[in-house]
Amino acid sequence: MDTNILVQAVISGLLMGGIYALVAVSLNLIFGVMKIINFAHGAFMMLGMYFTYWVSIFLDIHPYLSLFISMSALFVIGFFIQYGLINRIIEAPEHNQLLLTLGIALFFENLALFLWSPNYRMLQVTTLAGAMHTHKLMFSTPRMIAFGAALTMTLLLYLFLTKTDSGKAIRAISQDREGAHVIGINMKIIYSVAFGIGSACVAAAGTMITPFFYISPTVGLVFVITAFVIVVLGGLGSFWGAFFGALIVGIAESLGEVLLPGSLKQVPIYSIFILTLLLRPKGLFGKKHV
Amino acid sequence: MFRNGTPKILFFWFAFILIAVLLPFLLPSYFVHILIMILFYGFLGTSWNILGGYAGQFSFGHAAFFGIGAYTSTLIFVNWGISPWIGMVFGGLLGMLLGLLMGSLCFHYGLKGPYFALATLAFAELLRLISLNLDLTGKAMGILIPLKGNALLSFQHESKIFYYFVILLMFIGVLWVAQWIDRGKIGDYFAAIREDEDSAEAIGVNTFAYKLLGILISSFLTALGGTFYAQYFLYIDPRVTFGVGTSIEIFLRPIVGGMGTVYGPIIGALVLGPLGEVTRGILGGYHGVHLMIYGAILVGVIVFLPKGIYGWLDGFTRRHKW
Repeated sequence: MDTNILVQAVISGLLMGGIYALVAVSLNLIFGVMKIINFAHGAFMMLGMYFTYWVSIFLDIHPYLSLFISMSALFVIGFFIQYGLINRIIEAPEHNQLLLTLGIALFFENLALFLWSPNYRMLQVTTLAGAMHTHKLMFSTPRMIAFGAALTMTLLLYLFLTKTDSGKAIRAISQDREGAHVIGINMKIIYSVAFGIGSACVAAAGTMITPFFYISPTVGLVFVITAFVIVVLGGLGSFWGAFFGALIVGIAESLGEVLLPGSLKQVPIYSIFILTLLLRPKGLFGKKHV
Repeated sequence: MFRNGTPKILFFWFAFILIAVLLPFLLPSYFVHILIMILFYGFLGTSWNILGGYAGQFSFGHAAFFGIGAYTSTLIFVNWGISPWIGMVFGGLLGMLLGLLMGSLCFHYGLKGPYFALATLAFAELLRLISLNLDLTGKAMGILIPLKGNALLSFQHESKIFYYFVILLMFIGVLWVAQWIDRGKIGDYFAAIREDEDSAEAIGVNTFAYKLLGILISSFLTALGGTFYAQYFLYIDPRVTFGVGTSIEIFLRPIVGGMGTVYGPIIGALVLGPLGEVTRGILGGYHGVHLMIYGAILVGVIVFLPKGIYGWLDGFTRRHKW
């Protein structure tokens, strides 16, 4: 095997890993605060992609400019789903919450199927078609931009969580629910804000990959399962665990694509997933036992 | 339901069996198909319910067992001409073997709740990817089962009524198993594990053994359902057998109907089946659009009827001394 191909695979994997990082970190935000494994996360990403697609087609603007539209739309959707639905069952057994978010995912995925057909769509962005070439290696422009934007968003989210009052309230709840309640944090609102922010972040990931990734009603499923793998690998609730887990999974997937035939590229990922669940359920960076 | 007096129960059963036997001869073939699908998902839901509902081990990957059943009987029929009836038994046993593997791994390492759910999902996805890449399983093209006409020994018939009675018997069988678990000691142990596993362990329940028993029964039965699916549609591919959608379809009905109850899964199937058909009729178009309505129902049930339709009905009849 040509080493060039392997290096190229690592680079592509790393670039995709940046996107996965944003998806996984925002999934982890929701898990950390509400202890909910949010199955609808992928559906929100899919909605973000479709918003970007339609906005850039109808308003004839660059897809990146739709970022604020898709983020605000998904913030509002996420906020009200948490406020109106998930808050009602926050004390119910864990699998009920999983099922509720699964129901939401099924609803949105098939709503998209109904409205926009199962056809794969691609957004052709001529200004972004280029790539950088050095030492026989290729760096695709839209992927580099998406990588940079995803890292920036992840960093902003980190700063939000550590530096702002709302962010601190979110972290306070994730560390001690009762204590946070006692000192007067409005749980319902903070939950809803956290869910809205998580949804807006995954919508941003959706917008950033639209210039180079196909759009279909079920595209979110691929990402949400990968994000589950990542957060379990990195440790549920661990911010940096999700971040580095995403880069590892991105590279593993990309190497799998080069080294394994056909659609077996995801086999290493699921194997890592099962092994982590069995042997180290708290993940690579997780602190507490499950 | 029907708490006071046996005659009501006897009458209920007599009427049920009479209607069940006569119905397919009175209805047009399309409605027989709907009935078959109701019983089929009632069968799968009840099988899932033994592990997921009674023992509280929420499997998100029952498609793994379903697919093993479908591929086993189909492959030995297509390659060696062995009757799918025999293949069904082998499929069930192989499904059980997979259940043994998954169960002993997951339960040995103490995977619970969402972690167990995600692990089972990963197993099913692995099998889907493998069947998508093996020549043996026909890759993404899947396998067409050769038509044999009215060959009962080959588990084939041109009339839907044949399949109706097969799935009716399978459903009654699985209902009997569920009833047996529900009323027996196993059901009590399962309930103890579901409600509080640590306490169950503390009072001397061998939780590992009982959870394993749950997955063995459940996986065997689910694999039988896989063979029925293959013979009824005479076509299988990796997505319809091992796909996430199949796992969801399997557990949707027991959850909507009522987890951990004997009649919950079939009540769920009775509600979702016709509703799915009606939605398909109204929305038309693409395969799977009915899942939009199922998703909305799932949300409604989880928020408003956490014990499912059966739990709600049960509470209703108790309150009104029916």
